[in-house]
Amino acid sequence: MQTLREKHFHLETQPTLAVCGVAFDLTPEGAAFLAAERLLVVADLHLEKGSAYAARGIALPPYDTRATLARLEDLIARFRPRAVVALGDSFHDARADSRMAPEDAAHLARLTRTRDWIWIAGNHDPAPPPQFGGEIMEEFHLGPLTFRHEPRAAPATGEVAGHLHPCAAVRVRGRRLRRRCYASDGTRMVLPAFGAYAGGLNVLDCAFDDLLPGLDFHAWMMGGRTVVPVAARRLEVD
Amino acid sequence: MTAPLPAQAPAVLPPAFARWFATRGWRPRAHQLALLDLARAGQSALLIAPTGAGKTLAGFLPSLVDLAENPPAAPALHTLYISPLKALAVDVKRNLEIPIAEMGLDIAIETRTGDTPQNRRLRQRHTPPSILMTTPEQLALLLSYSDAPKFFAALSCIVLDELHALANSKRGDLLSLGLARLARLAPAARRVGLSATVAEPDALRRYLMPQPPEGESLAEIVVAPPGAAPEIGIVAMGLPDEEGGEARIPWSGHSARHALPAVYEAIRQNRIVLVFVNTRSQAEFVFQELWRLNDDALPIALHHGSLAAEARRKVEAAMSAGTLRAVVCTSTLDLGIDWGEVDLVVNMGAPKGASRLLQRIGRANHRLDEPSRALLVPANRFEVLECEAARAAAFEGAQDGMVARQGALDVLAQHILGCGCSQPFDPGDLYAEVRSAAPYRALTRDDFDRVVDFVATGGYALKSYDRFARLRPNAKLEGDMRLRASSPAVVQQYRMNVGTIVEAPMLKVRMIRRGGRRPVGGMGGRYLGEIEEYFIDQLSPGDTFLFAGHILRFEGLAETEALVTKSQSGEPMIPSYYGGKFPLSTYLAARVRRMLAHKPEWRHLPPQVREWLEMQSWRSVLPGENDLLVECFPRGDKYYLVCYPFEGRLAHQTLGMLLTRRLDRAGARPMGFVASEYALAIWCLRDPGLMHERHELPLGELFAQDMLGDDLDAWLAESSLLKRTFRDCAIIAGLIERRYPGHEKSGRQVTFSSDLIYNVLREHEPDHILLRATFNDAATGLLDIARVAAMLKRIRGRIVLKRLDRVSPLAVPVLLDIGKVQVDGEASEALLSEAADKLIEEATRLV
Repeated sequence: MQTLREKHFHLETQPTLAVCGVAFDLTPEGAAFLAAERLLVVADLHLEKGSAYAARGIALPPYDTRATLARLEDLIARFRPRAVVALGDSFHDARADSRMAPEDAAHLARLTRTRDWIWIAGNHDPAPPPQFGGEIMEEFHLGPLTFRHEPRAAPATGEVAGHLHPCAAVRVRGRRLRRRCYASDGTRMVLPAFGAYAGGLNVLDCAFDDLLPGLDFHAWMMGGRTVVPVAARRLEVD
Repeated sequence: MTAPLPAQAPAVLPPAFARWFATRGWRPRAHQLALLDLARAGQSALLIAPTGAGKTLAGFLPSLVDLAENPPAAPALHTLYISPLKALAVDVKRNLEIPIAEMGLDIAIETRTGDTPQNRRLRQRHTPPSILMTTPEQLALLLSYSDAPKFFAALSCIVLDELHALANSKRGDLLSLGLARLARLAPAARRVGLSATVAEPDALRRYLMPQPPEGESLAEIVVAPPGAAPEIGIVAMGLPDEEGGEARIPWSGHSARHALPAVYEAIRQNRIVLVFVNTRSQAEFVFQELWRLNDDALPIALHHGSLAAEARRKVEAAMSAGTLRAVVCTSTLDLGIDWGEVDLVVNMGAPKGASRLLQRIGRANHRLDEPSRALLVPANRFEVLECEAARAAAFEGAQDGMVARQGALDVLAQHILGCGCSQPFDPGDLYAEVRSAAPYRALTRDDFDRVVDFVATGGYALKSYDRFARLRPNAKLEGDMRLRASSPAVVQQYRMNVGTIVEAPMLKVRMIRRGGRRPVGGMGGRYLGEIEEYFIDQLSPGDTFLFAGHILRFEGLAETEALVTKSQSGEPMIPSYYGGKFPLSTYLAARVRRMLAHKPEWRHLPPQVREWLEMQSWRSVLPGENDLLVECFPRGDKYYLVCYPFEGRLAHQTLGMLLTRRLDRAGARPMGFVASEYALAIWCLRDPGLMHERHELPLGELFAQDMLGDDLDAWLAESSLLKRTFRDCAIIAGLIERRYPGHEKSGRQVTFSSDLIYNVLREHEPDHILLRATFNDAATGLLDIARVAAMLKRIRGRIVLKRLDRVSPLAVPVLLDIGKVQVDGEASEALLSEAADKLIEEATRLV
């Protein structure tokens, strides 16, 4: 009986996080879904990061863009959002579109055509390439929420941001687990990086000090099938 | 040696050399003269000789004679010496300088290692010494310069030291490719391989020679007479316990704590003792325990690769000066450096291989005519059997067999880039050259072209990187399609990443003041050495562990340093895993199985071990020499399946992963498994023995060879085990850059991103050449698939099932390991969920 209920919790329920009272479903793939508005939010796609390295002589497999887009397409098929918000650093650099394989570019254009799409400008892509459609914005406001790329010092009530690639480490029965995560104190949220090659920064790093002061927040850690909230005081540094 | 001088020095030696031998009171040995004859005929040769037989001098004598008789008109490289250790290169240079000085010869001899200053390296390329002592990595670097043809033009001899230790590894692959290149640049140069006794010398003779397109070419072989047979004792049990009762030989465990009083006693009774252990953590433990017993305050030191270089040098100096009584050391001291008058070698734990044992024993007593003395210290009952088998093998001079190695593709990739850095190359020509290296004999043209393609553009099916190619057709001549490095940056990248040794990510260990979270004012605390990152990963602040001979308290991490304070506690909290990193050799395993099956051979065993085996044959049955014994019995609320393949922990772990998948499919509901060097135990909710008898799950099918097909693929697809191997291959192949001191990337970040790359590559191009290189590596290394395959073939139709009502004596050791060994791998998902379960309340409060 116990086992069954646990299964139900992990597999059927989409964990929900409220930011300023607005509920987001958090997916283990790293996207947040604002069900009330049917808005799918992703951060830091870093498309064409692989080819950016290739240009510097490190020929990483050129499949990160299609891996990222395939995951995004799955989520879109699952949630059927009215709009998608990409929270900046969607393109790894200014020449990302010129390096993108034609079929990947077509795939991305197909995704943006069929629904509203908002590209928030990031530091890697202050001017996202226009040919993929969608609207380019510095910030986007919705009710109590502000969607922007780089999070600001607290208090930034209602802010939903990316940029920092949060991840968290926790120890369970002597085993250390390190995962990408959503970081939130209930007044704001930093999303994990969605890109296939995007690395992570520990939420206990000083870069988070001004955003989530003290240890009064949770890291919602991404497992393979679920998202798990862990209190900051239980987390470990890198 | 003080053998009487012959009436006349042999005619073959020039007078100056004959006189030198005479003044030393020596005479040249037969194998030294044989090498001189072969050299005069321009022949390459493999010299097999025991330690102390004047091997190094034999290798260099022909070069010294030639250089003395024909002094070079201008500085030119005459002899290249390559050693697996830079310390050995330095040591050999020092030894060689003695005859050169005493004969008054004018021969320039220098070393070139990672420690050689930049200005001297530069000068060496313009004004080479006659004899250069270096390592395989430095040879690769020298070959990557555009002036390599000129540098090696006059080369007349290549000496490869400790060839047995080099040949069968990735470094050996790199060296073999360098030798193939040298065969082009200096076709007349002869090769001399120096080796300890090996089971299959022909493999090394082949390695030395450029192989023709058809057939094979073998170097000449010279075998020096073996030294006196070693005297090997086995510490069968500890001293009697305090109540005077008989000491017990432990059933399991790897610490050999019970035998340390006997080891200490041996140190007291000898002058200088080397105490070999198999892992760093074991070295720390043994060192700590010996000092606890050290009432006489004997100078006992510790030496392993993770200690700070300064600490190691101090120990080495004290060792040479003869001021130490014992050194506890890992394999860092395995190879031929002369440490003076060691009179006893102690091997803690089982030796794991007959050849390794002989190597280590060779460290004691460098005089040929006296036997080396060694003491083996088994840590548990199975290790007693293994030590007996190793002693018998050493007595016969028997060696472990070598599995012929296929040259690694990641190493080939590195070499191809190096070739492109030196001169434009024609792929067809280079393919022929590479195939002349023995490890790459079987390389197909298709695989070669794929590796070239990988080096140039990543070799992906999605051809999107052509404009970033690292290799391009030579643009200097019209229509010249030979390939060369596309930019100086590529050359730079190659030079920074050369080599096949990929260190596990390490963290510096720094001692700070108690209470201070960080070293004060950036002054830092004392630097103790480096420790594997994965070990620190399992520590929480406050945990205590053993390192550098101290019990340390982990305080936390600061960037790439682990901060520690001295702990007052007597016992470290976090026990290190004592299992050896070398698996039991196939040869020793076969000997142990034979010993178990043949009762007359038990007479050498201590009574406790004999009783244990008797009890086993009474309660169950002893495994036959070529059979696989499988025992099934209930215990607690579970059913156990225990089998005894004797194939080493790595192979057993792989077997355990695959068997549990099959048991699961058959409905046996397996719950876990534990693997030791000798056995594998799996526990299930249903009885596999009963399932076999009901023909639900015949054991013949459970252990069928086809598990290495789909089951293996399916397991690897979801396993994280290949990621570490992939990272190493990616670094060697030049896909991911190495870390350098002062570079901002920490090992943690490298591991993380190489995992992401692995995931994407495996999903989108599973047959990529680098994934194949990774699988090949894992198959021979981490997963030991080759051994699982050989075992499954051996036991086909020879499985003996014994259904018992309770645990058998032979199964006790492996069952005792349950809970001690951390089973890694697939469990992390469940663990993460567990973190959630405790937090559901918190989580709901948040919403």
